[in-house]
Amino acid sequence: MNPADWQALKLTAQLAGLTTVLLLLVGTPIAWWLAHTRSRLKGVVGAVVALPLVLPPTVIGFYLLLLLGPHGAVGKAMQSLGLGLLPFTFAGLVVASVLHSMPFVVQPLQQAFEAIGSRPLEVAATLRASPWDRFLSVALPLARPGFLTAAVLGFAHTVGEFGVVLMIGGNIPGRTQVLSVALYGHVEAQEWALAHWLAGGMVAFGFGVMWLLYALNGRGGRALRGLSGTPT
Amino acid sequence: MSQSAASTRRLSPMTPASDAGQAPAIEARLRLSRPGFALDVNLKLPGQGISVLLGPSGCGKTTVLRCLAGLEQAQGSVSVAGQAWQDDERRWHLPTHRRPLGMVFQEASLFAHLSVQDNLLYGFRRIPLAQRRIQPDQAIALLGIGHLMDRSSAGLSGGERQRVAIARALLTSPDLLLMDEPLSALDAARKAEVLPYLASLSDSGVPIVYVTHSLDEAARLADHLVLLREGRVEMAGAADEVMARPDCPLARFDDACAILHATVVEREPEPGLSRLRLGCINGGGDGQSGAELWVGGCTGAIGERVRVRVLARDVSVALSQPVDSSILNILPATVDALHDEDAASVMLRLTLSDGSALLARLTRRSVVGLSLRPGLAVHAQIKGAALLRG
Repeated sequence: MNPADWQALKLTAQLAGLTTVLLLLVGTPIAWWLAHTRSRLKGVVGAVVALPLVLPPTVIGFYLLLLLGPHGAVGKAMQSLGLGLLPFTFAGLVVASVLHSMPFVVQPLQQAFEAIGSRPLEVAATLRASPWDRFLSVALPLARPGFLTAAVLGFAHTVGEFGVVLMIGGNIPGRTQVLSVALYGHVEAQEWALAHWLAGGMVAFGFGVMWLLYALNGRGGRALRGLSGTPT
Repeated sequence: MSQSAASTRRLSPMTPASDAGQAPAIEARLRLSRPGFALDVNLKLPGQGISVLLGPSGCGKTTVLRCLAGLEQAQGSVSVAGQAWQDDERRWHLPTHRRPLGMVFQEASLFAHLSVQDNLLYGFRRIPLAQRRIQPDQAIALLGIGHLMDRSSAGLSGGERQRVAIARALLTSPDLLLMDEPLSALDAARKAEVLPYLASLSDSGVPIVYVTHSLDEAARLADHLVLLREGRVEMAGAADEVMARPDCPLARFDDACAILHATVVEREPEPGLSRLRLGCINGGGDGQSGAELWVGGCTGAIGERVRVRVLARDVSVALSQPVDSSILNILPATVDALHDEDAASVMLRLTLSDGSALLARLTRRSVVGLSLRPGLAVHAQIKGAALLRG
């Protein structure tokens, strides 16, 4: 691996780490709302969150580029606030990654909250726990396997993205060149040895992550049932 | 947490807050309309003992309980111990976690991520120090769960889990304890394990509203009884009075019964029979009437108050005192009321000398043959009497 590859590795880890943290913060309230709401908007919001699962990443990248660019609504607003433009910056990559990896975080969390159900929260309410207290002392610990799955999938999916990155970030070493883009560059330049290091490394990473996830959830997944009581 | 030697099974001095005079009552007016279901009840429940809401599934009894808890909202008002929990006229609705109540659900809802001890103390830790009238040692002793403290909640049996859940609710020192069919998820053996603990709860000083569809549980536990049907109150009152009404819907059941209150006066060690002196709770029961009953299986000490169930089908009537009958319990009684059940059978209410009432299911042929009518003095032959509490 050459110095640019090491830089790409570091950048990828930073991007995936930051994206995962942001997604857990943003995705938790969305997942909570989707799990508990009876609103008619539930279907619409759920579908929007799930869109990245079915769309080619280039489509998301394309619209983001238009929206965030100098003539887009968000881009104009950013410029008038003196914040500069997001495309072809690390911050732009983070925004795009958060949107692109959203379903991989929201859906496991939503499933975990739905599996807990309302009963443990009702029990906690009759034991004097306020809504925040119920969330922190009951919902969060019971949804722990869901959070683990969400974090691992969010991180791994961000590491693996290519189309969105290329559209919104370009290929600027040290700023927006992540591993998947660097690999593409090596293949185009027919640097097979370097390409093998990156590609093989990512296969090993992907396998390790998924294996860890299955092993951990196999052991702790029982907590997904929420309560130790078995209703008949 | 050690099981203190000083803690006893009875939690006598636990409600200093409201012991000044008459116990505070529970009042609720609740109206609710949903597709296929309407609820319209007006409840006045005593501020002590166990009030049972009895009715078939779908009658709205669980909805009433959830409205009392604030987990569901109906139109109307709820007040407990003089405190308004809900009052639509003042646009007042106290959220569940601010209501001083404890609730036990149908399935033992222990938190899977907490140990038995942390489950037990979950509510206790959330109430102010000054409000902690019930201490962990007391609740642990009352429910007999001292040996479970070090176990994980997943390793408990259904009955053990439910006992921990009851103790957990008690430890919030509630003004009102709500129980939603707490035995219905348990098999017969587990029911029998938990029932005595429920009966002893009525001595804890905390008023209980208990929802069930089981006549047996109601007979065992109820001090006050409310019959619900299709979202409305069908009949309500002291449990022994409601159950002994021949026109009561419960009297139509095959296991229709009357409840008698009595005091243990003598225990025969060998055949295992005990002599009980009858006495209504309301009538004072000082025993001057002398009506006595022999029952088996009594473990109560002399002087202890017990509750006895007599099934209507186990009572027959004779006009003169039978002298050569195998039936042990033959008591003088007066025919109080007759209620036609169907073409073949008639339900009678008999009043015993102490004022308590019995139900007797007789064939119409016998009623006509003996010319039974209100006011007639008869002898009630009680073939079986089951001890429910004590």
